[in-house]
Amino acid sequence: MWRAGLALALAPFAAQAAEWSGYIAGEGRIFEDRPLHAGQDSDPSGALLFEPEFFHEWEKPELLFEFSPFLRLDSQDEERELFDIRELSLLWVNGNWETRIGISKVFWGVAESQHLVDTINQTDLAANPDGEDKLGQPMVHFVYVSDFGDFGLFLLPGFRERAFPGVEGRLRGSLAVDTDNPIYESSGEDERLDLALRWKHYIGDVDIGLHYFRGTNREPGLVLQSGDGGTPVLRPYYELMDQVGLDLQLTKGGWLWKLEAIARDSASDRYSAMVGGFEYTLYALGGSALDLGLLGEVHLDSRGRSAPVPFNRDVFVGGRLTWNDEADTSLIAGAFVDADNGSTNVRLEFERRLGRFYKLEVELQKPLGIEEEDPLYPLRRDSYLQMTLSRYW
Amino acid sequence: MKTKTRRFLAFQLASLLAVAGFAQSTPEERGLEIAREADARDTGFGDSVAELEMVLQNRHGESSNREMKMKTLEVSGDGDKTLIHFDRPRDVKGTAFLSFTHRVGPDDQWLYLPALSRVKRISSNNKSGPFVGSEFAYEDLSSQEVEKYTYRYIRDEVYEGQDCFVVERYPVDPKSGYTRQVVWFDKQEYRSLKIDFYDRKDALLKTLVFLDYQQYLNRYWRADRMEMVNHQTGKRTDLIWKNYVFGNGFTERDFDQRSLRNTR
Repeated sequence: MWRAGLALALAPFAAQAAEWSGYIAGEGRIFEDRPLHAGQDSDPSGALLFEPEFFHEWEKPELLFEFSPFLRLDSQDEERELFDIRELSLLWVNGNWETRIGISKVFWGVAESQHLVDTINQTDLAANPDGEDKLGQPMVHFVYVSDFGDFGLFLLPGFRERAFPGVEGRLRGSLAVDTDNPIYESSGEDERLDLALRWKHYIGDVDIGLHYFRGTNREPGLVLQSGDGGTPVLRPYYELMDQVGLDLQLTKGGWLWKLEAIARDSASDRYSAMVGGFEYTLYALGGSALDLGLLGEVHLDSRGRSAPVPFNRDVFVGGRLTWNDEADTSLIAGAFVDADNGSTNVRLEFERRLGRFYKLEVELQKPLGIEEEDPLYPLRRDSYLQMTLSRYW
Repeated sequence: MKTKTRRFLAFQLASLLAVAGFAQSTPEERGLEIAREADARDTGFGDSVAELEMVLQNRHGESSNREMKMKTLEVSGDGDKTLIHFDRPRDVKGTAFLSFTHRVGPDDQWLYLPALSRVKRISSNNKSGPFVGSEFAYEDLSSQEVEKYTYRYIRDEVYEGQDCFVVERYPVDPKSGYTRQVVWFDKQEYRSLKIDFYDRKDALLKTLVFLDYQQYLNRYWRADRMEMVNHQTGKRTDLIWKNYVFGNGFTERDFDQRSLRNTR
């Protein structure tokens, strides 16, 4: 239905030879073990993903229009079903000034194993536990480009709630998060206007970014309450916060040295956290076309063991193999190890294009020896294999 | 009569000196001279944009295509800036690559990954690595600054019916994948017509031929077709250039990290 409407709405653009592209994908997930929590489905799950993208550019004035809706249907977990506008924005580039109005996606940061300073967009945690899927954020974004770097101002009207796996879904805590009943600190709830400032620059080998964010924390606290009939429910609590952050990368030869750090202040908490490390690439491994990137990153949180996040005192070690072939084959594998209790979570991602229009992605996650005190303890039986086949056009 | 003879003698003397001058310059000086002349003839183009189709073929003759748009900004006193937007295959559409080449020292490179909307600074140590799985290395496609090699003139030779200088050049950067390259420059226009690439063991690795040169702005020559054959693997990559446009009025703003995402 909405698709037909879309086609109609955009028909005038199509006449100007504007560009449509996108993909449709089938995704299957198999879990190694039986589920741990009540209500969870033990069958393999399947999902259908659809993300068309429309793009049009004008030269004078320099305008760019992007539209990218996203649809996900899931065989098992209705909380994983999602219709989102990932992008619906108009960008105006006027010399050193840029203005973007609409729904868009912004990435901040340099690290690979955690995106600590990446604050603007909400995480779609129902999509994947890696946190790399993001929801579109309404914004007015001004940038002034100068010899002293890019100065950005974000006005963020409208808050997006985090998506969590539902009762039937895996990769969750013992209680599913009741996303229908969020609690906000702000009386404006999800209609508050958040604000962010961003400075980004590069000087020689150094890429540097600073930011300040004032608004509703995208990462909710989880409050245990008794719901209807006294059954316990976990309600997301979205607090207001002030945050400053730094992202820094030094590129020297085959080495990338990276640092991300934030300091957060809210009514309930005041802490700082960082992720830092390196990426070193060995090019043309053994005389072949293969490149091997070695990754090492350290996660620290000033709250130490009591931090309610998995990355409190953790180490990530991993490698990225790039075949440099015509199919763009790559493999990235790594282990997150908790430095306090030794709990380990192994992840692997492989991708390869098949022919001209298809892409195969394989993802594997395996928790190993998760200790009871670790935040990942409820996920200790959620070892899974995921395969995605996408058709692009 | 006297003056005429004198003038004639003077002329003879001058041409003798010119010949002697050539004879006295070392093959190294001669090679550098040719490279400088080739560079001088391509200086001042300002900017360009072109569409590029890359046909990758393996030894069994199976081929796959990539399509991209390449913008170039000439930077006086330094290497060019290049911005490449990928269009096909579709799964990499929107991916973009920004490169600031430098005459001396490593280049600066950034990659835009559309799935995450992420701009990532990458190491430029990959210069000998294959560019997007093709037989072209990054260093083959980056701007050919005079300072990136030392030179030696080898001989004159007729190649494909054109009088050529054959010049060897040796990469200055130890990270290069080559010990040497042999370049055929045509004497008329100082265009590269053919390059043989020798690997680190000094074995012939690849041959690149430039075909269908077109002239733009009455001065600058660009080949419509470049064919690279890898002799060691039997693979090849053809580059087909289309719709070259010069004088676009590009500025540094069209080649910054923001432009990675802002245009296609």
